[in-house]
Amino acid sequence: MSTPLDTPTDPGSAASSRSTPGPDRDLAQLGLAALLVVVGAYTFWEATTLRVGFGDPVGPRVFPYVIGAVTVLLGVLLAIATLRGDVPEAEGGEDIDLRHPADWTTVLKLVGVLLFTVLTISFLGWAVSGALLFVGSAWSLGSRTLLRDVIVGFVLSVASWYFFHEGLGVILPAGILDGVL
Amino acid sequence: MDNLGLLLDGFGAVLTPENLLYAVIGVLLGTFVGVLPGIGPAMAVALLLPVTYGLEPISAFIMFAGIYYGGMYGGSTTAILLNTPGESASVMTALEGNLMARAGRAAQALATAAIGSFIAGTIGTLLVVFFAPALASVAVEIGAPTYFALMVLAMVMVTSVLGGSPLRGFIALFLGLTIGLVGLDLNTGQSRLSFDQPLLADRIDVVVVAVGIFALGEALWVAAHLRRNPAHVIPVGRPWMSRTDLKRSWGPWLRGTAYGFPFGALPAGGAEIPTFLSYITEKRIAARKGHDEFGQGAIEGVAGPEAANNASAAGTFVPLLALGLPVTATSAVMLAALQGYGIEPGPGLMTDQPELVWALLASLLIGNVLLLVLNLPLAPLWAKLLRIPRPQLYAGILFFAALGAYAANLQAFDLFLLLLLGLLGLMMRRFALPVLPLILGVILGPLMEFRLREAMAISGGDVSALWSEPLAIVIYVVVSIAVVAPFAVRRLRPAPAAVAEDQGLTSDDTHTEEKVR
Repeated sequence: MSTPLDTPTDPGSAASSRSTPGPDRDLAQLGLAALLVVVGAYTFWEATTLRVGFGDPVGPRVFPYVIGAVTVLLGVLLAIATLRGDVPEAEGGEDIDLRHPADWTTVLKLVGVLLFTVLTISFLGWAVSGALLFVGSAWSLGSRTLLRDVIVGFVLSVASWYFFHEGLGVILPAGILDGVL
Repeated sequence: MDNLGLLLDGFGAVLTPENLLYAVIGVLLGTFVGVLPGIGPAMAVALLLPVTYGLEPISAFIMFAGIYYGGMYGGSTTAILLNTPGESASVMTALEGNLMARAGRAAQALATAAIGSFIAGTIGTLLVVFFAPALASVAVEIGAPTYFALMVLAMVMVTSVLGGSPLRGFIALFLGLTIGLVGLDLNTGQSRLSFDQPLLADRIDVVVVAVGIFALGEALWVAAHLRRNPAHVIPVGRPWMSRTDLKRSWGPWLRGTAYGFPFGALPAGGAEIPTFLSYITEKRIAARKGHDEFGQGAIEGVAGPEAANNASAAGTFVPLLALGLPVTATSAVMLAALQGYGIEPGPGLMTDQPELVWALLASLLIGNVLLLVLNLPLAPLWAKLLRIPRPQLYAGILFFAALGAYAANLQAFDLFLLLLLGLLGLMMRRFALPVLPLILGVILGPLMEFRLREAMAISGGDVSALWSEPLAIVIYVVVSIAVVAPFAVRRLRPAPAAVAEDQGLTSDDTHTEEKVR
């Protein structure tokens, strides 16, 4: 039900030509094509290192062979389509404004915040790490009400800690707040 | 009427005060999350999965049922009040629904959507009660070759018929199949694509994939393109309908249901085509009757597509329960949820664990009733949610996505995987790769391999065993038609821009956005 919104790639369609007046070629797509070729080739190569078992006519190799080979082929097809002027129509949405160029700095900040959470969660525990995740993401997305975010973040993370602990019997790590919660 | 008796047993199992409480919580949570802008039903279910971790299967099911219908209804509320459908299924609802809202008839639009969803959902679920067991009893007889063929069919249908560009669909599908390869090979115990990581050898949790692609990918994509001034929300009172509205709605509700259910039940699934067909039908009927309000906010244009959307959602339970085939993103997430309880949907499910199936179906009916009872009075409150400031909203989505991925196994590594999958989701949105084929590939890939090897082991490696069953041959014929058909089907496909122009609305994307501001 939530397949992305219609994305016809037909350059003649009214919607795509008006809403994305971008370049007539999207060379970044070549990067995706290259990625597909690399992933497919690696999948194929790795399959050659697998041992084949007994009494198993298909074996563990067939699927990765097929999937890897087709992935490489799709990468090549995408590269050809790109060079022939195939432009993706980026997905719209409720809070999305496609008329401005993409703001990759915000994305990088969010990735940084998430990486920080990955690295610290075992040590700091969910209550602290989760709150920092909320505050950091809100700040990256342009919120400047720091005090309110900190309060909301801590209420969310402590409440979810107790909800999982009491309601669901799932014990999230308490980390440095061990004994306090 | 054996099925009805079993369904009543299901009600007996479900109707305890405790379970009803879970149902209410499920409906409220589902609507809450579904109303939030940027969250569709699939993402709502994926985000709320962890909430059900500690529960008994039956309690969890009833909560799911509530979350599922709540999430669907929340999506149409957003479409009507913001005119920005979060998913293709509510594109048609948004067209007339938002016009109604702007004409001061938001309350009636929400009411016809809610009641229409209820009627379609109830009829649809009852049809599942009659069709799924019949289909399952046929399905028990079919062997691995036919099963394999069915999975090929589901993949090809979803990838080439439903998507805009078959090439992009297949790229998404094969990325999903590649993710599905990661982990231990079932027969030989060797790990594939695991880079010597024991945690990867354990296979990637489908919940982490769903949350990463749907929730995190979407949040990152929004972050790159955040609308500077938030969209205008139309205020709304308590939904109600006059006698005339009701008289104009019931026909579209029933016709919408009739369109929606078969499309949901077929492996070609999806709500896109039936909602479009329903919209067109209602427009024609209104024109013939001489009171064509389409283009100025016709209630028929909300009632029909909403009913079609919900009936198709109910219909997807037929292939899901009887064959174990998910055909929409939401049912793919539901399948992942069922697997989390050690339940393998498929032909055996109906005979092995009938009490669970009937409890689930009873839960769906109860969730539907609760949705109507709770949401009509609560609509003004839900509408307020649309005003949450965007930085906090998306920070909250990241918070709950991380919580969901982490709580499943309590491994920081899962959070890292979530981040990688979120970046993959971001890339897919940037390059317009559809999400559904990827999720389908992750779930069906390993099952397909299992069936193929089973079929080959039985035949002793004779490839012709794959088409040894007549039904399998029929399915392969359908598959080959499906590969050719997109060229013909594309003419039938709903193109929102074309529909709008058809109405003289001139609402191409930029214009709509201007108006929304």
